[in-house]
Amino acid sequence: MPTLNIMELCGATRLGYFGRSQFYIALKLVAVAQSGLPLRVESLNTVKDLPLPRFVVSKNEQESRHTALYSSDAENPASYSGVIPPPPPGRIQGKKGSVSHDAVQQRTSTDQQESTSPIVSPQQSPPTSPHTWRKHNRHPSGGNNERPLAGPGPFWAPFSEVQPGSSTSSDPIWSGHSPPPHQENWVSFADTPPTSALLAMHPASVQDQTTVRTVASATTANEIRRQSSSYDDPWKITDEQRQYYVNQFKTIQPDLNGFIPGSAAKEFFTKSKLPILELSHIWELSDFDKDGALTLDEFCAAFHLVVARKNGYDLPEKLPESLMPKLIDLEDSTEVGEQTGEVGYSGSPAEAPPSKSPSMPSLNQTWPELNQSSEQWETFSERSSSSQTLTQFDSNIAPADPDTAIVHPVPIRMTPSKIHMQEMELKRTGSDHANPTSPLLVKPSDLPEENKMGSSVKFTSGNTVNGYSSSDSYTSDPEQIGNAVTRQRSHSGTSPDNTAPPPPPPRPHASHSRSSSLDMNRSFSVTPGQQQSGVVAYPPAVPPRPQPSQGTGPHVHRSVDADGLIAHTSTSPQQIPEQPNFADFSQFEAFAVSGVNKEEEDEIETHPEVLQVEKPSDSASSLRVAKADGRVEDKVPANVPSSAAKGTTPLAPPPKPIRRRLKSEDELRPEAEEHTQKTGVIAAVLASQPSIPRSVGKDKKAIQASIRRNKETNTVLARLNSELQQQLKDVLEERISLEVQLEQLRPFSHL
Amino acid sequence: GSCDLLCSQNYPLYIRSVPTENELKFHYTVHTSLDVVDEKISAMGKALVDQRELYLGLLYPTEDYKVYGYVTNSKVKFVMVVDSSNTALRDNEIRSMFRKLHNSYTDIMCNPFYNPGDRIHSRAFDTMVNSMMMQVC
Repeated sequence: MPTLNIMELCGATRLGYFGRSQFYIALKLVAVAQSGLPLRVESLNTVKDLPLPRFVVSKNEQESRHTALYSSDAENPASYSGVIPPPPPGRIQGKKGSVSHDAVQQRTSTDQQESTSPIVSPQQSPPTSPHTWRKHNRHPSGGNNERPLAGPGPFWAPFSEVQPGSSTSSDPIWSGHSPPPHQENWVSFADTPPTSALLAMHPASVQDQTTVRTVASATTANEIRRQSSSYDDPWKITDEQRQYYVNQFKTIQPDLNGFIPGSAAKEFFTKSKLPILELSHIWELSDFDKDGALTLDEFCAAFHLVVARKNGYDLPEKLPESLMPKLIDLEDSTEVGEQTGEVGYSGSPAEAPPSKSPSMPSLNQTWPELNQSSEQWETFSERSSSSQTLTQFDSNIAPADPDTAIVHPVPIRMTPSKIHMQEMELKRTGSDHANPTSPLLVKPSDLPEENKMGSSVKFTSGNTVNGYSSSDSYTSDPEQIGNAVTRQRSHSGTSPDNTAPPPPPPRPHASHSRSSSLDMNRSFSVTPGQQQSGVVAYPPAVPPRPQPSQGTGPHVHRSVDADGLIAHTSTSPQQIPEQPNFADFSQFEAFAVSGVNKEEEDEIETHPEVLQVEKPSDSASSLRVAKADGRVEDKVPANVPSSAAKGTTPLAPPPKPIRRRLKSEDELRPEAEEHTQKTGVIAAVLASQPSIPRSVGKDKKAIQASIRRNKETNTVLARLNSELQQQLKDVLEERISLEVQLEQLRPFSHL
Repeated sequence: GSCDLLCSQNYPLYIRSVPTENELKFHYTVHTSLDVVDEKISAMGKALVDQRELYLGLLYPTEDYKVYGYVTNSKVKFVMVVDSSNTALRDNEIRSMFRKLHNSYTDIMCNPFYNPGDRIHSRAFDTMVNSMMMQVC
């Protein structure tokens, strides 16, 4: 039997079924046989112009078959004569050289254009596939055993538990081949409809019914292509399919606008018996918003992909456009399936991109759903958070570390402040200084304030704040700069160098560094209006020394040294300076002017001169400095120049040299007693002053400002004192060493 | 270069090397860099883990390549090895690459079919990584 031979030749008997290649070979052999050529495999290759095999099939049968198949698609072109399912891309064997093969290959190429053939419509296949299968079986040619793809038949089993009758072909013949030829392009052999309406493809093919006449007419091919292009989109979901999907969706999630959580979807799709890997990939493709849940659209897309996969289609790398969830009305189905990729689905559900995707006509009905789902999408973040599929992270977020509170790199105030503290405490203990020496009080309070701030400097910022607050108590609007200065000083204690007062703020032009006291004088006794720059810049001025002009000054404060100290200390604790303090300054200035320093009366004189010239508080401070210097400089001639410098530069410069000295002195570690000496002098000076006329009417702020200034000068003086003390010590050491040398040499002299 | 993803228990979830030779060497490099990663993670200590700190930066350079690290809140580590010859690669680019990796990883996590701790076979992820590495290497 020629047919048997053919079957053998094409290898069908060997394989047991007609694969595509086998089928083609069989056809070729049929043609060969029909053309009378010997039936040999070689003839396939040698014979080039083999007429197409002729298959005789009753037209009626064919037509009926076709109509049955394609009934749903009215647009099918007429020539549905026999179709051969398009060969799966790449499946075409190389043996085909005949025209038929050309045609086939044309078809193939056409098919390849639709790389993914249309999905079998599950809706239609169950009823029709058995039908077609039966019809196929009736086909004469060589017993085509090809079955149409078992379409969704077996596939439906897990889903709908509907077993189509033709589940016999649960394993489509094509299963051996990758993408099964589904459908669309039916190649019709010349005049005779190939029996094989073989793969009477499913109604899915309905969508793409193009019949390619293997007569290899280019027109036919074109027709095919044209027709195919018009139905393009192999991934289009038909209405029936979509309805089915929707029904399935409802079984899981009654609310069509709701989501199917990932776990439920996982169970559902696992029933399809696809490998997890593929299901995972399908999920990746279909979960467009990556929220771990499936909306209706996503679900349909996933379902569609599963169906396709079950039918042997390879999963695409990207979600086909037709399956993308659409947010807009997709009425426009007339467009060719080549939709723009950005069709419809923009990340923001609220948008309604103007581009229309034609491929989902059935989505019209879902538009309201989409509309509603858009709100859901907007909330999907919340949903996703509730999704069961989200991985529970081990939250590593550690609780905020309270220790990470910002800590100021607070500098540690150097010893001067400590010394202040110490001496303050020392003085405090024995203080019985009843003198209403508000200046004294002020001064010491300045110191302790400095100390406080300084010590607070050592601690964290919180303490610094306290320091601030304490200083704030003395602030007044015009004095804020002074405060700033104070603060600066408190914070500048990172190193010995920094203990010096901050850079000189604009100094009162004609005034000395001793701005605070001078200012006070100015404010109270002299010119209230001259609050000016003195307020601004209170360089750590040395309190004005008792000047020689005030003869009583030196004596007084000498005698009161100890008392002064004590008084100083007693007043050191935070005591709000009283107004009399200001007045004290003026008298203190007088003392300073009086010139305690004998050796350096000249310089001191200059200070009082300056003082008396302007009577700025600065001069008082400078006087103090001079006084302090003078006392120390009794023994330390080296200091003379500095003090001289101070004297010679009564105005702005004086504070600077003084400051410098102060700085240098700050570096030195003054001894307590020296310190007390110095402060005692100051205190004495302050104490010596008679009761200070109270300027009651003055602004409290001014008072406070002046208090602050006093304190600052206090601190400055203390520093200066310590420095001088140190210098004194050095000099003393030198002297001692010299004396020792002298002693050493003396024996020789005695010799 | 190579791009690797390791889970909290430090076994690899995903490794992709672009010049596929030397893959073993990249494996080894990644493994040794885990020490540095762990050290950096532990150094964070009680500090708040915020986005900035997910990026660990250059873990260590060798003569041939540089290793960058990134860790997520769930202790999933990304390690990237790039050739030292690739001097044009800036820190910002590395950061953006890690961010993309992290996003892709999150997408994978959203997939109910993915069990955390499995090797990653996602095609989308592969595509993303490939494209990323192509532009780098």
